[in-house]
Amino acid sequence: MTLTVSQSLVLIAVIALATHITRGLPFILFPENKETPRYILYLGKVLPYSAMGLLVVYCLKNVSFAKSPYGIPEAIAVLCVALLYLWKNNTLLSIGVGTVVYMVLVQLVFI
Amino acid sequence: MRHKFKALKAAFPYTIPVMTGYLFLGAAFGILLNSKGYHFGWAVLMSLFIYAGSMQFVAVNLLTSAFNPVYAFFITLIVNARHLFYGISMLKPFKGTGKFKPYLIVGLTDETYSILCSTEPPEGIDKTWFMFLVTLLNQIYWVTGSALGGLIGSLLTFNTTGIDFVMTALFTVIFINQWKAEKKHIPAITGVVVSVLCLLIFGPDNFIIPSMALIVLVLTMFRKNIEEGI
Repeated sequence: MTLTVSQSLVLIAVIALATHITRGLPFILFPENKETPRYILYLGKVLPYSAMGLLVVYCLKNVSFAKSPYGIPEAIAVLCVALLYLWKNNTLLSIGVGTVVYMVLVQLVFI
Repeated sequence: MRHKFKALKAAFPYTIPVMTGYLFLGAAFGILLNSKGYHFGWAVLMSLFIYAGSMQFVAVNLLTSAFNPVYAFFITLIVNARHLFYGISMLKPFKGTGKFKPYLIVGLTDETYSILCSTEPPEGIDKTWFMFLVTLLNQIYWVTGSALGGLIGSLLTFNTTGIDFVMTALFTVIFINQWKAEKKHIPAITGVVVSVLCLLIFGPDNFIIPSMALIVLVLTMFRKNIEEGI
């Protein structure tokens, strides 16, 4: 441990507080007992679609197309998940197979 | 009691991918923290009270550098800024959840949000209990994973490289599901295109906040067009 016990506790408390601020702020700004502006309700309705796109990109943010393996394992695995899901419409199957394919690719094929 | 059990039975299948991801990533976190001299109790404490996957990995760095709580506060706001989007989209679904609401809010991780924003509980299932149990189950997986990692992580001999892909796969499936459910694809396309663009311009460490700003801008510009389709 680099820090003392109390320094560590303070740091954890600060990080927890800041995390809860990012999660709670919209609920504090737009409480239930007041009417939420229509613009915010609109954003609330469409943001999930954009947020999921952002999350997929966020998960793949460290993939490099400039150096080996050029994002090939990620591309194959994402394609696998997508095609399998479009074909069988089974969430767990697509996620399970996609993940195993990715693990095999990064552990055994593209080393 | 019966309706709670029914809600649990309905909620559990949705959390299975998250269970896999959280147990292994939680364990990875526990192992990492343990390697810095913090015994498993610290990992459990952080997973209980911070409960934010990627931030807890950043926190390990913060705990092993010079003590700087102000910096830690701002870096956390930046890393977790994307949660603001989740809160805005859950304003309506969380309405009227009463005593469950505070926990639903503090438990709103990427993965919990991805389930809650894309899933309507089956007929006859209490929605509040469904949302509460998805949130609770996910946190149980995360805390259990962190504890196991801190305790017996070093005994793990199975090569888990790449298992974190389970989260990418989950978000991909939800993305496709949402795509199929909507006629207007502007929000989904905006999410991907803007994020990729910002990633290329600002790099992996700084692209989230510009992406969020630009997404809101585009969605505001196309509001009329999109609202007609909903």
